[in-house]
Amino acid sequence: MAVVFEKTKGLTEKPTHYCPGCTHGIIHRLVAESLEELGLLDKAVGVAPVGCAVFAYDYFSCDMQEAAHGRAPACATGIKRVHPDSAVFTYQGDGDLASIGAAEIVHAAMRGEKVTTIFVNNAIYGMTGGQMAPTTLVGQKATTAPLGRDENHCGMPLRISEMLATIPKAVFVERVSVHDVPNILKAKKAIKKAFEIQMKGLGFTIVEVLSTCPTNWGKTPVEALKWLKENMVPYYPVQNFRTPEEVK
Amino acid sequence: MARELWKGNEAIAEAAIKAGCRFFFGYPITPQNEIPEYMSLRLPQEGGCFLQAESEVAAINMVYGAAGAGARVMTSSSSPGISLKQEGISYIAGAELPCVVVNIVRGGPGLGGIQPAQSDYFQATKGGGHGDYHLVVLAPDSIQEAVNLVQEAFDIADAYRNPVMILGDGMIGQMMEPVEFVGVPKRQLPEKTWATTGLRGRENHNIINSLFIDPAVCETHNQRLFKKYAEIEKNEIKVEEYNLEGAEIVFAAYGTVSRIVKNAIKALEKEGIKAGLIRPITLWPFPKANFLKAADMPSVKAFMSVEMSMGQMVEDVELSVKGKKPVYFYGRTGGMIPTPKAIVEEAKKILGGAK
Amino acid sequence: MAGKVTFDENRCKGCELCTTVCPVKIVVMDKDKINIKGYHPATVKEMDKCIACGSCARMCPDVVIKVEKL
Repeated sequence: MAVVFEKTKGLTEKPTHYCPGCTHGIIHRLVAESLEELGLLDKAVGVAPVGCAVFAYDYFSCDMQEAAHGRAPACATGIKRVHPDSAVFTYQGDGDLASIGAAEIVHAAMRGEKVTTIFVNNAIYGMTGGQMAPTTLVGQKATTAPLGRDENHCGMPLRISEMLATIPKAVFVERVSVHDVPNILKAKKAIKKAFEIQMKGLGFTIVEVLSTCPTNWGKTPVEALKWLKENMVPYYPVQNFRTPEEVK
Repeated sequence: MARELWKGNEAIAEAAIKAGCRFFFGYPITPQNEIPEYMSLRLPQEGGCFLQAESEVAAINMVYGAAGAGARVMTSSSSPGISLKQEGISYIAGAELPCVVVNIVRGGPGLGGIQPAQSDYFQATKGGGHGDYHLVVLAPDSIQEAVNLVQEAFDIADAYRNPVMILGDGMIGQMMEPVEFVGVPKRQLPEKTWATTGLRGRENHNIINSLFIDPAVCETHNQRLFKKYAEIEKNEIKVEEYNLEGAEIVFAAYGTVSRIVKNAIKALEKEGIKAGLIRPITLWPFPKANFLKAADMPSVKAFMSVEMSMGQMVEDVELSVKGKKPVYFYGRTGGMIPTPKAIVEEAKKILGGAK
Repeated sequence: MAGKVTFDENRCKGCELCTTVCPVKIVVMDKDKINIKGYHPATVKEMDKCIACGSCARMCPDVVIKVEKL
């Protein structure tokens, strides 16, 4: 019996606390598998955000740090500068990265920090119960936008990947999704490539992953995948925005 | 090493390098700019890394990452910038990470001014961030002492896995004084087996974290921190007692103000008034016992805390003296500096009143 | 029977994502069973139809499913 698929050593044994059907679990797996397959688990250091993924330090089997809300890229900068040969990644949600941590991510990219950011965009604040995020879609309801996001009141959602792709040292910028198996496979490829580029020391790498939040979207897990495909993908096109010449 | 003339900020930076600090993350703010500037030139020469962060908030979180990765790391700023770092400092204390934070204090509040002040005493010693925690706070009165204290600060930080603050003021940062980089006694320090270096063959993964979602665990963690703080209070108090013998009035002053007070003491002596000084060098842990002992001295009629603030350390003096003798305050702030003459007048007013 | 899937049932949160991606539609929720978390865990009754494509395992957010090929 050949094993086609089994749990990666990059994840610990601890079951996750995520809500049923929340795709954080899939994204954790893709990051952990990538590190394992690239032989990087032994020198990886991950930085967990504040948000639903705040307990990620218990789920990844490599060394981890828990950063203050929005500050994971700064924390990762400190780690990578101390251990330049390590594989450093931040795992952040849209509240953490696109809101309070917007300056940190822009400047980590500006400096070309040789780290990989996994940016999970689920268009809402999950852990705190469904508030509007910078990535919340126009018209999408949230506990702080009860009638739906009004663009005249609080603007349009932030397209982080497109923004960061304008920064010279952000050498690899790709948006992926996990709403179906083909997309999951592509997401894995992008995440793995980001780590490879990091280890080549070419510059800052980020993979934005469109993700679901069944609980705060008020949908079943299966409906949430469908909602993501029909509403988020049109506004957040799934594509590569930048790849270094050396890797093309 | 011969004695050389050094500017305070630069001497502080060089002292950090001498102590093995190889990582510095800072941000421009007057009057501490020479520290990051100096580090930006010298650290790379020592195989270290200097980064100017996008904000003080980012800088302190870079310190968190680097300290968590096992490095000797420092940051510096001035009052408003230190306010921005408070959340990060609370995380660093909560995650028990060693680092050195330098505050070259300027007039406040708000944008305040850029001249020297001591109005960040409460922030430094009572905790400017959230939660129960303490920094060891060292207050040099000269550039030579600053150099010595900075070097020792890294050992204290590593010994207790705790952030240490150097609380100077604009004068400490901007003055030039003769300095000799004499080594400080090295402490026996444990290996940083807890650091996130990457597993590199290690069995269990290391986690740097200050989140304890279970309240019972969070409380236990707090209690463990406070056992550590009790150890620090027992072992690390630094204080100077000056001219206390037969003193009628005992001044309390730290940093550069203590030197002005010493001049006032000499002037008072010429007028036949015996005055002494207790100079806390560690603002936390505060030398309570020294004040209590002085309060029991029959000759002592009153205490006076002299600060470049509206009165902050005076409260700790009052707490220490426990009402045994009256405690007064005299201060200038906003960047204004008290003069010996004014201090003498204040003292005479009190003693006159107290006779 | 080309493939075999095993479910670490107590990790399953009953989200049903796996049931939507099986090309041969054999992954179902086991209505006769409740796991430790109180969910009906996912299962496969007609194992002989399994083609060991691994889609169910890749869609699962909780690494519940192991897939083997004969």
